[in-house]
Amino acid sequence: MTTLSPALASSLESTLVVMPAFNEEQAVGAVVAEVLAAVPTVTCLVVSDGSTDDTADRASAAGAIVLQLPFNLGVGGAMRAGFRYAVEHGFRYVVQVDADGQHNPSDVPALVDALSEVDIVIGARFAGQGEYKAAGPRAWAMKLLAFTMSRIARTRLTDTTSGFRGAGPRAVELFAAHYPSEYLGDTVESLVLALRAGATVRQVPVAMRERAGGVPSQNAFRSTVYLVRALVALVISLTARPYPLRAVANSVGGRTEGIR
Amino acid sequence: MSTTAYIFGIVSSGLVVVAVFELLRRRQVRERHAIWWVIASLFALLVSVFPSLLEALAKAVGVAAPINLGFFVTIVILFLLSVQHGAEFTNLEDKTRALAEQSAFLRQRVESLERRLDGGAAQPQNEQSRQPDTRADAEAPDAGVHADARSERENHDEPHHEAH
Repeated sequence: MTTLSPALASSLESTLVVMPAFNEEQAVGAVVAEVLAAVPTVTCLVVSDGSTDDTADRASAAGAIVLQLPFNLGVGGAMRAGFRYAVEHGFRYVVQVDADGQHNPSDVPALVDALSEVDIVIGARFAGQGEYKAAGPRAWAMKLLAFTMSRIARTRLTDTTSGFRGAGPRAVELFAAHYPSEYLGDTVESLVLALRAGATVRQVPVAMRERAGGVPSQNAFRSTVYLVRALVALVISLTARPYPLRAVANSVGGRTEGIR
Repeated sequence: MSTTAYIFGIVSSGLVVVAVFELLRRRQVRERHAIWWVIASLFALLVSVFPSLLEALAKAVGVAAPINLGFFVTIVILFLLSVQHGAEFTNLEDKTRALAEQSAFLRQRVESLERRLDGGAAQPQNEQSRQPDTRADAEAPDAGVHADARSERENHDEPHHEAH
């Protein structure tokens, strides 16, 4: 890794990498290790989302802090727990990384760097790098979402369903209280919610990799269901009552010491 | 309408009213949840005692067959009840979710405290110099509570499968 600016280095120190993991024992250990190797100064939190396998132990053995939800809450539920953990322990930045290894941890500093200027940064899979393909209804859904979100965000967003994203202090505060747990809430709804609260968004190009474990869900019927649900999620989140985005005092320097 | 049908109507709606109030009285249902049941059962009783009431009401709102008004009102009440239940579910889900989070936080805290007590290793987890793994392998299902739960990262590249 190239040398980091002092500002970025200090930001990374108060960055919490949150990995929602549901039965990811195959991959989670290696992914945690990779994150900590690529960005040694971040703290890695794995939220085991009601996993029935060895996810928690593997993650903990690899050096992550582990939260074990007693039952499955979905990615949104796991992420809110992660955001709340960040708020309670004084982390200013949260970066969400998938536990299946499809995100490259060496992109984390780039995401955190962008967070010095915007509230939310999305690691976008189509923006130049990588080769992520989606076809059929799923692709339509993603295009439609990208188009609508770009309009709301007043910036070009090409990959709004990416699970690789970062949140700055104001967004962390907002998400800790209101991160949606509904289907697609972790992608579509959370973004709309933040945008309507007045958050700023930017995308950063990232490359996707093969998943280290697990099977991607891709078939015509399911992707049509995905399209419909994405639309519903979009419409509902656009019409829901917006939450205010509260300014967070800048004096919250770094993490608080305590039991972690 | 025959007298038998008249009496049958009154008896059955009367039973419904009694059932609802009995549940309320035994505190099996809170009145917050039972408000629509109370309204519906009282409405049914009233109409079965005075069928002419329904007829007059139907005429007033322009419904040709009075019984259709009865059905209509019934459906509306059932619909409102379902919606109310949906709202209650959401409310309960939110609370369950908060409890799940709370339990995860507490569990993490307890485990990290136990780790400190067991191993006396007061260093934060996410540190560069990690202790080498003293444990043979993750055999214990509750391995997370042990002090030596932290192994070297390298250990993780090799897959270890243990049957549960």
